[in-house]
Amino acid sequence: MMRTTPFHPRLEQLNHAHAWGNWSGYLSALKYDLSSKHEYFSVRNAAGFFDTSPLHKYWLRGPDAERFCSHVFARDVRALRPGRAQYQVWCDDAGFVLEDGVIFRTAADEFFLTAAEPNYGYLTSLARRYELDVVDATEDFASLAVQGPRSRDILRALTPDIDELRYFGLTHTKIGDTEVMVSRTGFSGDLGYELVIPADAALEVLDAIIAAGEPHLLRPYGEEALNMVRIEAGLPLLGKEFTSSRYAYTDAHRFTPDELGLGWLLKGIDDESRPFIGREAILRERATGSSRWRTVGVAIEWRDYYDLFASNGLLAVPDEIPVGWETMLYSAKGKRIGYATSFMYSPYAQRHIGIARVRPKFAEIGTEIQVEQTVNHEYLNVRGHVTGLPFFNPERKVA
Amino acid sequence: MADSHAYDVIVIGAGHNGLTNAAYLAKAGQRVLVLEQNSLVGGAAITEELRPGFQFTTFSYALSLLRPEIIAELDLVRYGFNPLYMRSHFAPMDNGDYLLLGPDDAVNRQEIARHSKADVDGMERFQHDTSRVRQFLRPLFDSIPPNVFSKDPQDADQVAWLLNHLGGADTKVIHDSVRLLTGSIKDFVDDYLESEIIKATICSAACVGIKLGPMSPGTGMNWLYLAMGEHDGHSGSWSFHKGGNGGFTQVLARAATAYGAEIRLNSAVSHLLTKHGEARGVVLRDGTEFRAPVVVSSLDPRRTFLQIADPRELPSDFVETIERFRFQGVSSKVNFALDGIPRYPALGDRTDHLLGFLNFAPTVEYMERAYDAAKYGWYSEHPYIDACIQSFMDPDMAPPGKHVMSCYVMYTPHELKSSTWAEQRENMADRVQATVNRFFPNFDDLVLQREVVTPDIIEERTGLSEGNIYAGEFFPHQMYFFRPAPGYSDYRTPIEGYYQCGSGTHPGGCVIGAPGRFASQQIIKDTRR
Ligand SMILES: Cc1cc2nc3c(=O)[nH]c(=O)nc-3n(C[C@H](O)[C@H](O)[C@H](O)COP(=O)(O)OP(=O)(O)OC[C@H]3O[C@@H](n4cnc5c(N)ncnc54)[C@H](O)[C@@H]3O)c2cc1C
Repeated sequence: MMRTTPFHPRLEQLNHAHAWGNWSGYLSALKYDLSSKHEYFSVRNAAGFFDTSPLHKYWLRGPDAERFCSHVFARDVRALRPGRAQYQVWCDDAGFVLEDGVIFRTAADEFFLTAAEPNYGYLTSLARRYELDVVDATEDFASLAVQGPRSRDILRALTPDIDELRYFGLTHTKIGDTEVMVSRTGFSGDLGYELVIPADAALEVLDAIIAAGEPHLLRPYGEEALNMVRIEAGLPLLGKEFTSSRYAYTDAHRFTPDELGLGWLLKGIDDESRPFIGREAILRERATGSSRWRTVGVAIEWRDYYDLFASNGLLAVPDEIPVGWETMLYSAKGKRIGYATSFMYSPYAQRHIGIARVRPKFAEIGTEIQVEQTVNHEYLNVRGHVTGLPFFNPERKVA
Repeated sequence: MADSHAYDVIVIGAGHNGLTNAAYLAKAGQRVLVLEQNSLVGGAAITEELRPGFQFTTFSYALSLLRPEIIAELDLVRYGFNPLYMRSHFAPMDNGDYLLLGPDDAVNRQEIARHSKADVDGMERFQHDTSRVRQFLRPLFDSIPPNVFSKDPQDADQVAWLLNHLGGADTKVIHDSVRLLTGSIKDFVDDYLESEIIKATICSAACVGIKLGPMSPGTGMNWLYLAMGEHDGHSGSWSFHKGGNGGFTQVLARAATAYGAEIRLNSAVSHLLTKHGEARGVVLRDGTEFRAPVVVSSLDPRRTFLQIADPRELPSDFVETIERFRFQGVSSKVNFALDGIPRYPALGDRTDHLLGFLNFAPTVEYMERAYDAAKYGWYSEHPYIDACIQSFMDPDMAPPGKHVMSCYVMYTPHELKSSTWAEQRENMADRVQATVNRFFPNFDDLVLQREVVTPDIIEERTGLSEGNIYAGEFFPHQMYFFRPAPGYSDYRTPIEGYYQCGSGTHPGGCVIGAPGRFASQQIIKDTRR
């Protein structure tokens, strides 16, 4: 049976589009409004909230928690102070990425992990050699992202504690009578917060947020708008930018952190005192320069896109809903050089943008490329170029 | 003192066209000085905080016609370009019902079917046919009109291009184009639609800014003109710029400045300096002189040629054409600060109908009668109002929980018969408020403040003659290669080095930028010669 999240009774009332998808066996709104573009604009200009409850949530507790985490996760958790959160990836021994997620350090010997896929079996099997409890808390909590420029104003009215919260900071506070964990994190690339709320108090807290948000034009948003904002933010999504190495049949479906543009997480990899899973292989990859890909941004200028359609007798109608498949990329000379894993028209950037994997020698910003489009039932190329990531990065995100 | 001011180009007026022109020229390496009479840039596209926290779009209020090439070529996103999505279009009806069109075409079919089953596919045919007309005319719209009056072989190439384009079109598309360009909008929609509210919605959009009613020939062309715009590539759709259209002109000013243009405020130009029939610079009203070999006027044709230039230096037949050029402004604005949300009784607590234009024009006859008054020198008893609560799309337009509502109002002729706007202003605004209140019965109670902007005020504050929002009426004989005068639709003027870049040139008015852009192309071409 399809399950619903603790917020569902309210979300169902708010879902005017009756558009639901299936996220880990839970009903998850694709959009609430008839237009996901409208939701996108709410997040970008006011604030939006998104139900992340289907995320898998784990407590990692015990005297060995830090040692365990610094072994399992590729990014060094030892630098993470209690009251801070960290974006993470974890790899297999071949240095390929298994998954990504966010880890919250709630105490010296306690971490809280959120992940898109189930990892309980994996974590417990590794935990046997450590003094540590792994607790699956997925159903104990509902979780909610409140994102966008007005998110601080809205939450501040409910709990002034969040006012001081820095980017990737974490605090335990109360909304009404409910203890909640609030972090300044999210998947929008903007100022935003995520709340972890005891499941039985989820509705009360949501209602308080909705009421506080009304004068600020807070609206719910679904997976479609989420996908749009995260592409602009250059954030990888499991199932789009990568699949878990664990379930891949060939290496074409496996990627290293460097290939995914996540090399920056590996600061301190040379430090011998932290032999995390995959380290040897990643060091080898770096020493031999064997990375097959670079992750870059790609963009098409308005003029090129317009001309492609106009010269074929059509009106160019850009679509901000990301395409559901990979978009092939060619060099200026017509040679296959990679593919965009996500591709959309960005209302913010006013042009088509994508997150792409290209062969390393084509990764330089500004490199001219060609992007394959289907026009009049034919594959035609339009001129584009390589850009940096992210596309959207306002100062207020970290200010 | 004069020669200490060494510029390549002086642009008169920092409206959006002057700024666009300056940005392009500066980007091309010219030393550009923009002279603006007011204490802020933007002209007819400004936003003012008339009450703490409440941002009023004094004049223009929405964006659509802006040419997308300008966004890309001037890299405007980098300077803050941010057009917001208008989700819906709402038209209240006399009987309490309404037409509410939203973002989903299939759902819109259901809404249209409530009013007429035949109009569901009627509307889709209307949209498809007009979309093909737009596609056909767009290359003409988006290029400098060929000079059909010239003997120059280079111009002949352009004329040949035009004839070739016309000749290559589908017969039906040509015919539909001519019907729209020459006929009334009512005639055109009658062939597709039967529901009064749907027809009125289209017809009202065809009358914006012109002194014509939906039954007058000429409204088809205006409809088409306004439908040449887009938001994110969606033809005919409008957006609302972050911070209002004043937010947009601030973006342009930032871009122009970043490319190296200098903008000087509080600098009203008195007249053009010439020598041997060539432009040499300008003199401000306070007597300050600025010199440059190129002077570009973004003002309307009347001011450009009869006030800034000395008409005695211009050919007399040209002066005569400019003197005959019609303005006849009919538009006003009434802007409101609101204490809360206006409620439409049939929709209860819903607010999804407030996320776009609110169109007060329940029937075609309502529109035509509103126009009738203007023919006889008076303003409408029941005005046509195109409103928009911008704070629903941009929360920064008003304090939390409060709102600003822009009401664009027709018909309010510049010349009143035996009265003045000073006498009639508040009475006109009362009619506007009463009209809104008739449909939104809690409206009166919400009004915290209102700003009334009549054609005389538009003229006084922007320089748009007679308050015509387009800097010159949209008549066929004042468009394309006739705008503003035959032989001078290429942004040049009879005075060497003196150019025009305002809405009185092709393609015309609106926050569109095309005149400013085309003029810069012509100037760059001429200076390279
Ligand atoms: C009430 C109203 C509502 C409108 N609504 C819309 C809308 O919603 N959407 C839309 O697209 N269009 C709208 N328009 C039309 C649009 O705003 C105008 O067509 C456009 O802004 C004109 O731009 P411009 O740069 O050509 O001229 P202007 O904006 O008029 O700029 C001319 C500039 O020159 C300055 N100036 C004048 N004389 C002198 C002088 N002697 N010396 C120095 N400076 C001088 C003026 O102060 C002004 O800044 C509206 C217009 C009005 C009046």
